[in-house]
Amino acid sequence: MKFDTGVLYQKTHEWSRKEGGLIVVGISDYAQDSLGDVVFVELPEVGRSLKKDEAFGVVESVKAASDVYMPVAGTIAEVNEGLKDNPAAINTDPFGAGWFIKIRPDNPAEYDRLISAAEYEAFVKGL
Amino acid sequence: MKKGLEPFVWDYGAPGRVGAVLPEADVPFVELPPGIPPRKDLPLPEVSELDVVRHFTRLSRLNFSIDTNFYPLGSCTMKYNPRVNEKAAGLAGFVEAHPLLPQDLCRGSLELMGRLQELLGEISGFSGVSLQPAAGAQGELAGVMMIRAYHRDRGDDKRTRILIPDSAHGTNPASVAMAGYQAVQVPSDSRGNIDLAALEALCDDTIAGLMVTNPNTLGLFEEHIVEAAAAVHRAGGLVYGDGANMNALLGAFRPGDAGIDVMHFNLHKTYSTPHGGGGPGAGPVGAGEKLAPYLPGPVAMKTDGVWGLGMPPRSIGRLKTFYGNFAVLVRAFTYISLLGAEGLRAVSENAVLNANYLMKLIRGRYRIPYDRVCMHEFVASGQVTPGTRTLDVAKRLIDYGFHPPTVYFPLIVKEALMIEPTETESRETLEAFAAALLAIAGEAEADPELLAGAPHAAPVRRLDEVRAARDPVLRRHA
Amino acid sequence: MTPYIANTGDDKKVMLEALGVSSPAELFADIPEKHRFPRLDLPRPLSEPEILEELGRLAAANTGAGVRAVFAGAGAYRHFIPAVVDSLSSRGEFLTSYTPYQPEASQGTLQSLFEYQSMTADLLGMDAVNASHYDGATALAEAVLMAWRAGGEKRKRVILSGGLHPEHRQVVETYAANLDLALVAPPRGAWKPDDLEPLIDEETACVAVSFPTFFGDLADYSRLCAAAHRKGALFIVSADPISLALFDPPGSYGADIVTGEGQSLGNPVSFGGPFLGLFAATRELLRRMPGRLVGMTVDREETPGFVLTLSTREQHIRREKATSNICTNQGLAALRAAIYLSVLGKTGLRRVAEISYRRARYAAGLLSALPGFSVLNDGPFFREFVLRCPEDAESLIGAAAARGVIPGVALSRYFPDRPRDLLVCVTEMNGRGQIDELAKILKSVTEAGR
Repeated sequence: MKFDTGVLYQKTHEWSRKEGGLIVVGISDYAQDSLGDVVFVELPEVGRSLKKDEAFGVVESVKAASDVYMPVAGTIAEVNEGLKDNPAAINTDPFGAGWFIKIRPDNPAEYDRLISAAEYEAFVKGL
Repeated sequence: MKKGLEPFVWDYGAPGRVGAVLPEADVPFVELPPGIPPRKDLPLPEVSELDVVRHFTRLSRLNFSIDTNFYPLGSCTMKYNPRVNEKAAGLAGFVEAHPLLPQDLCRGSLELMGRLQELLGEISGFSGVSLQPAAGAQGELAGVMMIRAYHRDRGDDKRTRILIPDSAHGTNPASVAMAGYQAVQVPSDSRGNIDLAALEALCDDTIAGLMVTNPNTLGLFEEHIVEAAAAVHRAGGLVYGDGANMNALLGAFRPGDAGIDVMHFNLHKTYSTPHGGGGPGAGPVGAGEKLAPYLPGPVAMKTDGVWGLGMPPRSIGRLKTFYGNFAVLVRAFTYISLLGAEGLRAVSENAVLNANYLMKLIRGRYRIPYDRVCMHEFVASGQVTPGTRTLDVAKRLIDYGFHPPTVYFPLIVKEALMIEPTETESRETLEAFAAALLAIAGEAEADPELLAGAPHAAPVRRLDEVRAARDPVLRRHA
Repeated sequence: MTPYIANTGDDKKVMLEALGVSSPAELFADIPEKHRFPRLDLPRPLSEPEILEELGRLAAANTGAGVRAVFAGAGAYRHFIPAVVDSLSSRGEFLTSYTPYQPEASQGTLQSLFEYQSMTADLLGMDAVNASHYDGATALAEAVLMAWRAGGEKRKRVILSGGLHPEHRQVVETYAANLDLALVAPPRGAWKPDDLEPLIDEETACVAVSFPTFFGDLADYSRLCAAAHRKGALFIVSADPISLALFDPPGSYGADIVTGEGQSLGNPVSFGGPFLGLFAATRELLRRMPGRLVGMTVDREETPGFVLTLSTREQHIRREKATSNICTNQGLAALRAAIYLSVLGKTGLRRVAEISYRRARYAAGLLSALPGFSVLNDGPFFREFVLRCPEDAESLIGAAAARGVIPGVALSRYFPDRPRDLLVCVTEMNGRGQIDELAKILKSVTEAGR
């Protein structure tokens, strides 16, 4: 089970990292492992504005569908179109090619309130 | 791609081959109307009747069914479907009756509906019954809509939420959402009941009602059902009963007497009508004094001793065309008439006896999370070793000739296996099934690959559901 | 002994002993005592011969069922059902099997439903068809909800053509009652494309029309569909499957959702149920579809097989966010439709439609020539037409029924301001002789009144 230390996390199992002025978001290795093989991802429209902790999409496997939540408030700058034809990337490379969206944050400082890899790992172990 | 088990029906064809033979038109030819684009190509099969018979007969033989296999699906009540039901539903007077005949030309169907309404009402303790909903889920939607209409009529519009136990069937919150309400979850306690204290804490004037299944999806009788209903009533809400598990209650308990305001029946479960590979069923709704005026309609009503149709005075309206899945209603009416009060009670007593006996046979090897007498079904965990998955136990049962039980439901038990034998199965069948489960538990320890690769003896091996979902092929020439 | 219960006295003894109780009643101790084992006041149980006698009496009381010549339609159609449909669908392996959640044990059901989906998709001209809905009315209601949700619930207007079956419209109203939707009924029951187009605006979620209309009228909806799309609204067509053997299906001009009553495809009128809800959508809308979907795949040895798929849309996974609450559907009715479409096939279905079309035209010609009668449809119609009668239609039906003919359905049933209008339906089951007799009888019962 990989807990990438180059990103921050939410207890709803998303990870985020800064990239230029944007924030890249995906789901953790733990999340993709619990879901099983991902079959479909529903992503938001570019340009849409969402609040922190608001659901921005859905990730589906054969037996489950989970909402994915915004780490910070902001506007959707980019979505990973590649996931349409290759949702499996979320399983094989959750922290890399399996990224979901890039956000232009309303308040960049909100990012620092996310939890560290160590905190997230401890949280997951307790589940 | 490899060859499938059975060709498609259209693969049998040859141009010009014909199945059914129709009479001549024997009236003058008329052109198709200009202005309405005509059909250019109709790509339907061109096969003979024999082709069709061979094809579908062979397909049928790829199925498990109650007629061929034990089917202990929890919450589905896969009891034997009596053949006299089929004969009854097939009587020409019922089959050929157009629903819009003048009422004096269809008094037989109207009387059957009226009497079935009365029978279901008597069995469950409700003064009003509508036979219209086409399935349990539609019955649920009706019940929640009726509750909403009741509150609306009293001018009480701050009630926007419905309480649902965490063990509830998925149709419950889905129906709540379709009725424009918000679902609020109530936890279960350590004995598997609704947590009464948690329920009472949630009861306030924003609660429209509670949806409760009794026995619940753990197969356990809700010990505090009367207190739970009372708490909801005190807060001004109403109680909806999901009647899916009525096979445990016939002649044993009447929900209408114990505070349930509205309930649906599943005729394709307790009342022996066949499942047909997914339907049709029927989901009639029963209601007490408060909610009976709101039942969906039309319903059968007696005026001056004669059965006819009418709308309940404050009906939520029509839920489907005509009056319900009539041929299914005929079967349920037949079944209830054959059993009578003593027969129905015997059904529940034997259903509960069979479930408890089967539970006893596998207990110890399969963990049973609640240490209580069960009703007509029980939940076990399929995790006989730390690495065993219920899915694999289920697939391996197919090799033993048994349809798997319900799996991964209810959600509150990890690796759940929900088992309901029903009263129409013999002790030998229960013991054979228990022996299979115990053998599989042994295999899980000695040879886990055998389970992971199961089924080995079915017409197909385990199917790739991921591929089916990633790249859906839902028709030919997709 | 109670029928269908397997346990003998000895079996019971063994089981009770194993459980350490002396009677099954002890297993019900969790039920509060004052509610336990109530007395049910039901009629005494009947034996199989007795119940069949009683049911025979009830069936015989349906004197309208035995009438030779029935010209009633209005959403329930008497079409020819080949004998194989009954014999194949009543096989126990189909009849008593369950929803195919365990695909390895259900390839028979799954493949036959895949074939149903396929043939129905071909007939409707659409990408994806589900494995059945309850009936045409609930399919339409769920189509409206689906269109509303597909637009993020932002647009609230729903244009419902005046040509929809009144019961379909009522069901849409029931389903929409508690949701943020505004159902728009065109003035004076308008149904023609030119009359509906001005009603579409940027607040419109969808437009729903019927082909043919409840009154039998045909129209070309392709331009109306394009107009709806220009305004960003979805286009829903409730289509009769038999008519589509003769006419271009809605999928060919871009309908987004097609629903319909599939009862005509191999299912009897059966006093109104069970029927068959047809439900189809475009590929773009696939994941918003309610109901079960059967998909093709392979097993681990690459043998082709079938499974239920895209299940995450459904209630058992998505719960309150599901596309619908539907669980049990009309599976066996869909199987009957698959058998029907197979055995009638390309030529047979077209013949059914042609004969129905021609005979309805013949009947309309004959009846409108009777003194005091006229056909109200001002354009082309399929299988049904509205006959304006010189007298009250309901009494005409009663008088005709006494002579062995049900001449149609009185429109006053749905439209109280139309007491003299009769909806007459003619299918391949109504021979020319029956139509000629209908004309004679209608003439004589109206003259008799004079």
